[in-house]
Amino acid sequence: MLTVAGRNGTLALGAAALAVAALPLFAEAYYLELASTALVLAMFALSLQLLVGVTGLVSLGHAAFFGVGAYAIHLLGAFGAAPSVLLSLPAAMLLAALAAFTVGALALRTRGFFFLMTTLAFGQMLFFVFHDTPLGGGADGVFVTRPSFSLFGLEWVISRQDRPTVMLLLNLGVLVAMYAGLALLLRTMFGRALLGIRANEHRMRSMGFDTYWLQLGAFTLAGAMAGIAGHMWGMTQAFVSPELLAWHRSAEALLMILLGGLGALHGPILGAFAFVGLGEIAGQITERQRLVEGLVILAVVLGLRHGIAGIRLPALRRLPAPAPTAKEAAP
Amino acid sequence: MSGLAAQLLNGLQYGLLLFLISSGLTLIFGVMGVINLAHGSLFMIGAYIAFVVAGGTGSLWLALPAAVLGGLALGALLERGLFRRFYHREHLDQVLLTFALILLFEEGRSMLLGNDFHSVAVPAALDVAVPMVGDFSYSAYRLAVLVACLAVAAAMFLAIERTRIGSAIRAAAEKPEMVDLLGLDARQIHLVVFAVGTALAMLAGALAAPLHSVYPNMGHGFLIICFVVVVVGGVGSIAGAFWGALLIGVVDTLSKAYLPFAAGLAVYVLMAAVLLWRPTGLFARS
Repeated sequence: MLTVAGRNGTLALGAAALAVAALPLFAEAYYLELASTALVLAMFALSLQLLVGVTGLVSLGHAAFFGVGAYAIHLLGAFGAAPSVLLSLPAAMLLAALAAFTVGALALRTRGFFFLMTTLAFGQMLFFVFHDTPLGGGADGVFVTRPSFSLFGLEWVISRQDRPTVMLLLNLGVLVAMYAGLALLLRTMFGRALLGIRANEHRMRSMGFDTYWLQLGAFTLAGAMAGIAGHMWGMTQAFVSPELLAWHRSAEALLMILLGGLGALHGPILGAFAFVGLGEIAGQITERQRLVEGLVILAVVLGLRHGIAGIRLPALRRLPAPAPTAKEAAP
Repeated sequence: MSGLAAQLLNGLQYGLLLFLISSGLTLIFGVMGVINLAHGSLFMIGAYIAFVVAGGTGSLWLALPAAVLGGLALGALLERGLFRRFYHREHLDQVLLTFALILLFEEGRSMLLGNDFHSVAVPAALDVAVPMVGDFSYSAYRLAVLVACLAVAAAMFLAIERTRIGSAIRAAAEKPEMVDLLGLDARQIHLVVFAVGTALAMLAGALAAPLHSVYPNMGHGFLIICFVVVVVGGVGSIAGAFWGALLIGVVDTLSKAYLPFAAGLAVYVLMAAVLLWRPTGLFARS
């Protein structure tokens, strides 16, 4: 069952967001960019949580929609000067939603592992589209012009020194909005129906819910959110490559979800930060980051079953609550 | 004309190779309910065994039994050590376990043998062109691979349809609870299926090494194509994997030869069509 952080949890998350927002006051640009990366990956993992944690669909093709969102900036670049972010962000979202709707409509005709294989295969197909056809601008990737902050001809020009700070705050804002949106969504009829499908799809269907369309709605929405994440990646990095769509990125997003905690809506955010942090530490120790990543995953699937969000003080939880004795009852 | 015949034979040979990989994938999935993303890495290990053994001894003939025996041993080790604990875990855990194995296998390969491309020589005895009809001739090694894969496929059908352990495997794939009721040892069946599936993937890798050469991450492409085979062919059946593999092998080869602009995409379009038309696969027993 998926839990949304309660009042204390939300306060803690808010404090963490403020801490990230305060980073530009003392951290170097390198760490601001690292935090931006973590924020964007958190958006991506959060969008996948709508499928995995909420609806109970494990997809291995989610990175494709992330990549489509990022490539939307490149595709818009064909129309001339840098588009306004007010245009490119909705465009990326729509394009990713369209791709997700098409893939989902086909993949949701299968279940379980076949869903997994089908999403992986269609994700690979989109990878080939950007890798091999002229649409993508080359197998090695392509530089893109960052979308501008402009509205009705007024433009806010950002200097090179300010950019890491501005991108960090923008990414933080988008992530907070995404998280709040999902938390609200879970209170709606649609969100509750999705949770019901995860618990028992048969029961939902016999209660009269059209589970196919509900799942397709979730798949499309998750794809659109991944598109937003991809757009923010492209805008932060000013570079997109087919590798963004590669299936190992989907697997890494699943890792972030498991690392952070499958059972909590904010789990993927913790997981993304843990993932980026571990990668940074591993990179300083050894050249062989994949070895570290593999061992970390093994440790998580063999040991830490409930992720970071599931860590409580184990001693307190394991002790069976003893019946109150006279000694405890006394002040 | 001879060009088309050659491409058709290439397609069949590629398809039969895909069958060796995807039959293990589909058997392991059918019997144990586990999806093994590292199955492509096992194929990669088989190819590197061929590279090392053929390079060291100068003979690919020694590499084939080495890949099969190595596969049986590695499969048994993986089943006993890791997979056994994951049969009843969530999909997410299984996916990540096998993803971790991919990373570790690739990293191990990189540590032991580096990240270079290597070609593997075709055995001298088969490094000739066999004259076929008229002026059309075809590589003897590709023909040998075709025949070898057909022989393995036939042996598998016989083993599954005619032997005791084969009928136990069929029972386990169709009704897992029956295995316990019949007093069969499910643990033993799981071990055999996993070891044989691993050996088949590694044998395919060793056979493919002279044709595709060996390189890092070579298993990924094969793994994904084998997923397409399983989805197109149908759920958990060996016959489905066989016909699905031949179909995908031929379609992929022909489309790459004659429709270069759609090179990688044809098989996925085919998969989409199959999902629209028969979501359970073309050859599933319904």
